[in-house]
Amino acid sequence: MSRVNIKGITKVFPNGVRALDNLDLEIKDGEFFALLGPSGCGKTTLLRTLGGLESATDGHILIDDNDVTRTSAGDRNVAMVFQDYALYPHMNVQENIEYPLKIRKYPKEDREERVRKAATALSIENLLDRRPGQISGGQQQRVAVARAMATTPNLYLFDEPLSNLDARLRLEARSFLKQLQRELGVTTILVTHDQSEALALADRMAVMELGKIRQVGSPVEFFHRPANIFVASFIGSTPMNLLEGKILGKTISIGSFSFDLAQQSAAALAQGEQVTLGVRPEYVQVTNSAGPGVFSGVVRITENLGTHYLVLIDAEGLIVRGTVPDGSEPKIGEMIHFRPDPDRILIYNTTSGDLI
Amino acid sequence: MKNPFRGDLEKSASERVTSMLFVLLVSSFFLLPIIWLLLAPFDDQPTYRLKLTDPGFGNFRELADNPYAYRSLVNSAVFSMGTGLVIILIGAPAAYVLSRVRFKGRDVFLYFLLLFSSVVSGSAAMVPLFLLALRFNILDTYHGVIFILAGGLLPAAIFILKDFTDSLPRSYEESAKIFGASSYRILRDIVVPVIRPGLAVIFVWAFVQSWGNFLIPFIIIRDVNKQPAAVMMYSFYNEAGDAVIRSVAAFGLLYTIPVLLMYLYVNRKYGFRFYGGIKG
Repeated sequence: MSRVNIKGITKVFPNGVRALDNLDLEIKDGEFFALLGPSGCGKTTLLRTLGGLESATDGHILIDDNDVTRTSAGDRNVAMVFQDYALYPHMNVQENIEYPLKIRKYPKEDREERVRKAATALSIENLLDRRPGQISGGQQQRVAVARAMATTPNLYLFDEPLSNLDARLRLEARSFLKQLQRELGVTTILVTHDQSEALALADRMAVMELGKIRQVGSPVEFFHRPANIFVASFIGSTPMNLLEGKILGKTISIGSFSFDLAQQSAAALAQGEQVTLGVRPEYVQVTNSAGPGVFSGVVRITENLGTHYLVLIDAEGLIVRGTVPDGSEPKIGEMIHFRPDPDRILIYNTTSGDLI
Repeated sequence: MKNPFRGDLEKSASERVTSMLFVLLVSSFFLLPIIWLLLAPFDDQPTYRLKLTDPGFGNFRELADNPYAYRSLVNSAVFSMGTGLVIILIGAPAAYVLSRVRFKGRDVFLYFLLLFSSVVSGSAAMVPLFLLALRFNILDTYHGVIFILAGGLLPAAIFILKDFTDSLPRSYEESAKIFGASSYRILRDIVVPVIRPGLAVIFVWAFVQSWGNFLIPFIIIRDVNKQPAAVMMYSFYNEAGDAVIRSVAAFGLLYTIPVLLMYLYVNRKYGFRFYGGIKG
């Protein structure tokens, strides 16, 4: 159980790629923290640097106020679960879980006790004499977690542990991981490129882009108030509406449509400034008539999302997405009116991309 | 033109008969010498024909009278085992480094490895090799032959072993590292056991290559007591210059057996397979 403090971490690879760029991050004791981002954003490099597999070019990593930046991987007392699980094919499950304990010179009885406990916690007691090649992907994942657990680390590092599982198993493993983490209460850092995984698992999360952290916060904050256009377009199962316009009086004008500004944002914005209006399709509803604060357009596509339909309209060349309850979905080609919930409208500075 | 790789079901009966006859013809061409090798050693008066008259072990007893014959088989074993060991001891670490460390010019280096693998022990390098052996004072020694044989086989061995090592996921070593294992333990507990089938294959390959090599020991070894079997075989002539078929046949069979046993052993133990990574 540990706090992690990352201060100004920079990692430059020999080929000149700056994978981590002067990055600060604080992870609280017992937290389930997710690092999210597109591939190549540096999230895996950050995890590997925490684990000691990569050495930081600059900056400091503190675990419980101890500077471990130059500590070797084996002395940090962290455990990592790899994307491919890294189970040793020539050892059976028992030997795999026991191997780290052997390296740390635990006495035999202690080793066996720990293997038994970890195997029971992950319900793999009946697989102990099998080879990794003889068990399923989901079971392999549990063995990898058991192996990490048996060492009682201060910190778990998970590198996309769910990405090798099929969709159904992934949901099961997800709930399982979350529950296990709650029970153990050990600080856990998870790397993923799947935003639904991060939103579902994490207490807090960070979105990274090009070696920098773009936003840190709780999943709810990410969903309701993405801090910039990058995060806004990255988070959410349906893509957010991001429409460019400019400030005219106390309104934003986008094409021939206009939307009232809330008091506080109106004061902060100059006339004629280029802004981007962001609103999630979930907060866009159908209304009866055209007018201010409403997009009117022709229905182009409807997608069934189960309880809702995602409806895409063409409003004078602008693509606007909204959701309509199941059963009242419009027909393709029909003219409808979309009204974004004024309280849910987010305004971004188009040039800097930041939330206003 | 007809596609010879079509499934059997698509072929007509006459096509199948024709292809069977063809396969029989080709395989009998290769099978005949093997049958001869199994019959002739036990034939009292062997010729180049397939026959077995007065079967017995007379040929082998006569071979025992030659003081160098059986000894040469032991010499061959020393050369082949030694070469195999040198290849593994030098080749495996080299391959591991080439697989794991990316340095400038690595790919060019690997390309030259492969290119030179066919040159060094070939007859083109005969004179320089002899002169080198003379300078280093390793003419007429066991280790001289072993070094030259190993030198010739190493490039190809490193190249193949590097491929084996490449298919060992890095995450195996990294996970062990995070658990606190030293580099030596990672090599001993993880890397070597996982690539062991690859090492066995390369050892057998090096063994067989050295076992069958004639040219290198022929020019390096002077002392008839140190001659390997491949060179010994060359001396089974009578005063008139004719080959002594009785000895050649019996010795030929003895010469084949170790290689066969080697293959059978490795095939049984490792099945010439390779683990690689585990897929979920």
